[in-house]
Amino acid sequence: MTELSTLLSGLPGVDRVGADQRAATLATRSIKTTAKAWAIDLAIRMVDLTTLEGADTPGKVRTLCAKARRPEPSDASCPSVAAICVYPSMVPVAAEALKGSKVHLASVATAFPSGQAPLDIRLDDTRAAVAAGADEIDMVINRGAFLSGDVQRVYDEIVAVKEACGKAHLKVILETGELATYDNVRRASWLAMHAGADFIKTSTGKISPAATLPVTMLMLEAVRDFREATGRQVGVKPAGGIRTTKDAMKYLVVVNETAGEDWLDPDWFRFGASSLLNDLLMQRQKLTTGHYSGPDYVTVD
Amino acid sequence: MSIFEYAPAPESRDIVDIKPSYGLFVNGEWTDGKGEAFKTINPATEETLAEVACATDADVDAAVAAARAAYDKVWGPMPGRERAKYLYRIARIIQERGRELAVLESLDNGKPIRESRDVDIPLVAAHFFYYAGWADKLGYAGLGPNPRPLGVAGQVIPWNFPLLMLAWKIAPALACGNTVVLKPAETTPLTALLFAEICRQADLPPGVVNILTGAGETGAALVNHPDVNKVAFTGSTEVGRRIAESVAGTRKKLTLELGGKAANIVFDDAAIDQAVEGVVNGIFFNQGHVCCAGSRLLLQESVAEDFLARLRRRMGTLRVGDPLDKNTDVGAINSAEQLERIRALSEIGEAEGGERYTAPCELPERGFWFAPTIFTGVSQSHRIAREEIFGPVLSVLTFRTPEEAVAKANNTPYGLSAGVWTEKGSRILWMADRLRAGVVWANTFNKFDPTSPFGGYKESGYGREGGRHGLEAYLDV
Amino acid sequence: MSDEAKRLAVRKTYKLYVGGKFPRSESGRSYQVTGSDGAVLANASRASRKDVRDAVVAARKAQPGWAGATAYLRGQILYRVAEMLEGRRAQFADEVRTAEGGTRKAAEAAVDAAVDRWVWYAGWADKIPQVLGGGNPVAGPYFNLSSPEPTGVVGVLAPQDSSLLGLVSVIAPAIATGNTTVVVAASERPLPAVTLGEVLATSDLPGGVVNLLTGHVAELAPHLASHADVNGVDLTGVDDDELARSLEVAAAGNLKRVLRRAENDWTAEPGIKRLRAWTEIKTVWHPAAG
Repeated sequence: MTELSTLLSGLPGVDRVGADQRAATLATRSIKTTAKAWAIDLAIRMVDLTTLEGADTPGKVRTLCAKARRPEPSDASCPSVAAICVYPSMVPVAAEALKGSKVHLASVATAFPSGQAPLDIRLDDTRAAVAAGADEIDMVINRGAFLSGDVQRVYDEIVAVKEACGKAHLKVILETGELATYDNVRRASWLAMHAGADFIKTSTGKISPAATLPVTMLMLEAVRDFREATGRQVGVKPAGGIRTTKDAMKYLVVVNETAGEDWLDPDWFRFGASSLLNDLLMQRQKLTTGHYSGPDYVTVD
Repeated sequence: MSIFEYAPAPESRDIVDIKPSYGLFVNGEWTDGKGEAFKTINPATEETLAEVACATDADVDAAVAAARAAYDKVWGPMPGRERAKYLYRIARIIQERGRELAVLESLDNGKPIRESRDVDIPLVAAHFFYYAGWADKLGYAGLGPNPRPLGVAGQVIPWNFPLLMLAWKIAPALACGNTVVLKPAETTPLTALLFAEICRQADLPPGVVNILTGAGETGAALVNHPDVNKVAFTGSTEVGRRIAESVAGTRKKLTLELGGKAANIVFDDAAIDQAVEGVVNGIFFNQGHVCCAGSRLLLQESVAEDFLARLRRRMGTLRVGDPLDKNTDVGAINSAEQLERIRALSEIGEAEGGERYTAPCELPERGFWFAPTIFTGVSQSHRIAREEIFGPVLSVLTFRTPEEAVAKANNTPYGLSAGVWTEKGSRILWMADRLRAGVVWANTFNKFDPTSPFGGYKESGYGREGGRHGLEAYLDV
Repeated sequence: MSDEAKRLAVRKTYKLYVGGKFPRSESGRSYQVTGSDGAVLANASRASRKDVRDAVVAARKAQPGWAGATAYLRGQILYRVAEMLEGRRAQFADEVRTAEGGTRKAAEAAVDAAVDRWVWYAGWADKIPQVLGGGNPVAGPYFNLSSPEPTGVVGVLAPQDSSLLGLVSVIAPAIATGNTTVVVAASERPLPAVTLGEVLATSDLPGGVVNLLTGHVAELAPHLASHADVNGVDLTGVDDDELARSLEVAAAGNLKRVLRRAENDWTAEPGIKRLRAWTEIKTVWHPAAG
């Protein structure tokens, strides 16, 4: 065994039933009134507004960028989202559309979503995205190598991508739905952090299950413990399947009570989502107006 | 102040209609008690919730006579399949009125609504459903060829899980064909009285269930009544001992579910985050008012420091306060008397040299509160390692080897429950085999289910409640 | 001296059976045992409070090992007791008849039934966990299993009337499940019990699993009932109501399990009541997940 695999297998185990139960208990938290208003704005600020379709076009991406800058055109108090997340080919369009805003530009690189391309192609993919203006790179790990026990290879590839990123922030997608066990999620989290990840991210959104509350909780435990062990803080990004304000509130509660309030910030926690934003906006309207909103009162992009 | 302050999220208490005063429920009717009525209060606010009748010896006589008549004429002769349907009916009504029962339980007991809503009341309904199904299948329970009911059961229950303990007593008793006279605890009578209304709503024949409120004297009169055939008690070992003495020489069948001082044993290879949760759940669930609480934490020395750091951090997120707030984790101590006992033993813990850590939380001014507390540096010889505190106070001890863990865990007159945390399967089985306790939770804690028998070894009592085994307590086999 | 001169019989000394050994009472006392016809049969040791204490120590010491033995082995050993008893059938028939009176045939029937009882309980050792235990279908992702475990050290006040069959009927169910016992034999009919001790001592039964005391119930029972290191007490052999009540009160001190007196037909099939009486149900939970 390599030193790395020894380190990873030495991490404490995770009992799935206990972890699920803890997450389910946290999910019963009731976030109301002032707390809800604060949390909705925070959640909006944490959204990586995402489109990752084969059918993406410059027009679609521009529309989304406009939405990212001003999610609620008629309400200046509504914050903009954290980032736009697109395929590398769409980075130039998005960079242009986001110019002058504080919205970050994230791109999935490294032969997303499978990662099944030669390393040099994945690195080129990364460099191209950064060169075109992406300041955040969402890479996928080599799950095949991880599951076959070749953790050193996974590590080396993350290191290589990190280097290719230059100044861009690196989010490492574990694709937890394919890792299957919670022990693997914990090990992959530590592996990614040791290799230099700035963020660890649950999923591509192309595999079911995508983000779940307990898996996100495990990753929050990992970043908490990693900071304790190394002094370096790493962010967490659940992605895929988070569609409602109620879901987002649950995640924020888990952040608050697992990693702590240091992570309650868009620099350290993101939601990879598309439809979530409109639900957050409708709930925001409900809190402002006192009555329920409808889909005609938010922009469809 | 956290940047993410959860705004108050109180469950509405309007769902419950508490009457100004309650009588006794005897023979299907409400009657005035002959004793001096007493008040039951909300321990979170000290406000009076209602006035409750106090049953005297004469009231006990009347209730036992009603139960006897119902046993002889109605319930005893009734086919099991018909008894079953009454119990199913009760179970359904409990589900339908679940939120009302949960709010009332939290008001009278002080436990968080999250627990009464998600744990207590669902388990109550499940218990009636489970035993309903046994009523016409008793011959298949494997206890003997011709199981017969015992007659009239006198049942005395504690205040920590008022309605759940009622269910544990009444459901199997009725399924087996007995009739009951039950006395809820003095400080938590209200859900039992609402249950009496549920019996009426279910058209349960008069006298099958009788509810007498009162204090220790009422309980003693019930237990000592010559026409009672079965005594079931859940409460302190001290009172259990007195009951065992008082039924000596009679033909009354006795089951006792008493105190505990459970060890929760954490090995160095445990799934540490789940172990922390399990320890927190083990001692702070229901304010530690749990006979099977994991009140002694046995930590393997090699991980003690790290584990304690995690435990303290976790304790910092516990939300103590209004039991009706949906986000409350730890509610009110049930009574001034219990609070006094917890305080006294905690002071003794400090005097004995234990190092005290209290979760940083603000406590309300009115009501009975005790912040989650742990004592480190505790030895086996300390009183807080031996006596049941019955509050949110954890004593932490260490061990070096599995043998030492077992020896320390078993070194108590109690034997109700134990917890083991390790990822090593063979060690779990080895430990589970050696721990002298009626329930062993491995990599989990404080789990309950109507199908799973519960009860103690040694001074934690005898007899089992729940499951097929729980039938034996109410059958002549 | 002629060859026909009557040979002087070698009399047997009846002692206690404690921890696998045959000591006299530490008190040095003995008492006369008479047969059903009033003839003096022997001096039996008259056990004392301290003999109770020593017997409890022996029983406690033996308990973990006996409980830890496989059920298969316990069954084998109980069956071995039956074999040894069968081999001394004639001797036991004599002793039982002398003690209880009645016909030779009745005494032989009692011995046969006692042998068969050992066989019956031998077979239970590895079956009772399945009959009393089992998996519980809890509503959640847990493996949940209940199994009977021995109560621990059981004090047995053996029946006064049935000196062998009754005795065997109260000992065998207690030890079949892994308990160890301190037994006070029938006060006036103690000799078959002492001889049974000889059988046990040669049956691979570990010393201390069964400890047999002879003497007076009224003197010994209170110490057994109040002993804090005894987990259960069987009042079968207590004929006096007030004594039985006071023993139950004493047993409450550490919440011993108490088996009250009941009408017993020792010739009938016993059922599992006594097996159940000296077992505790332990339930183990474990999460189940991939």
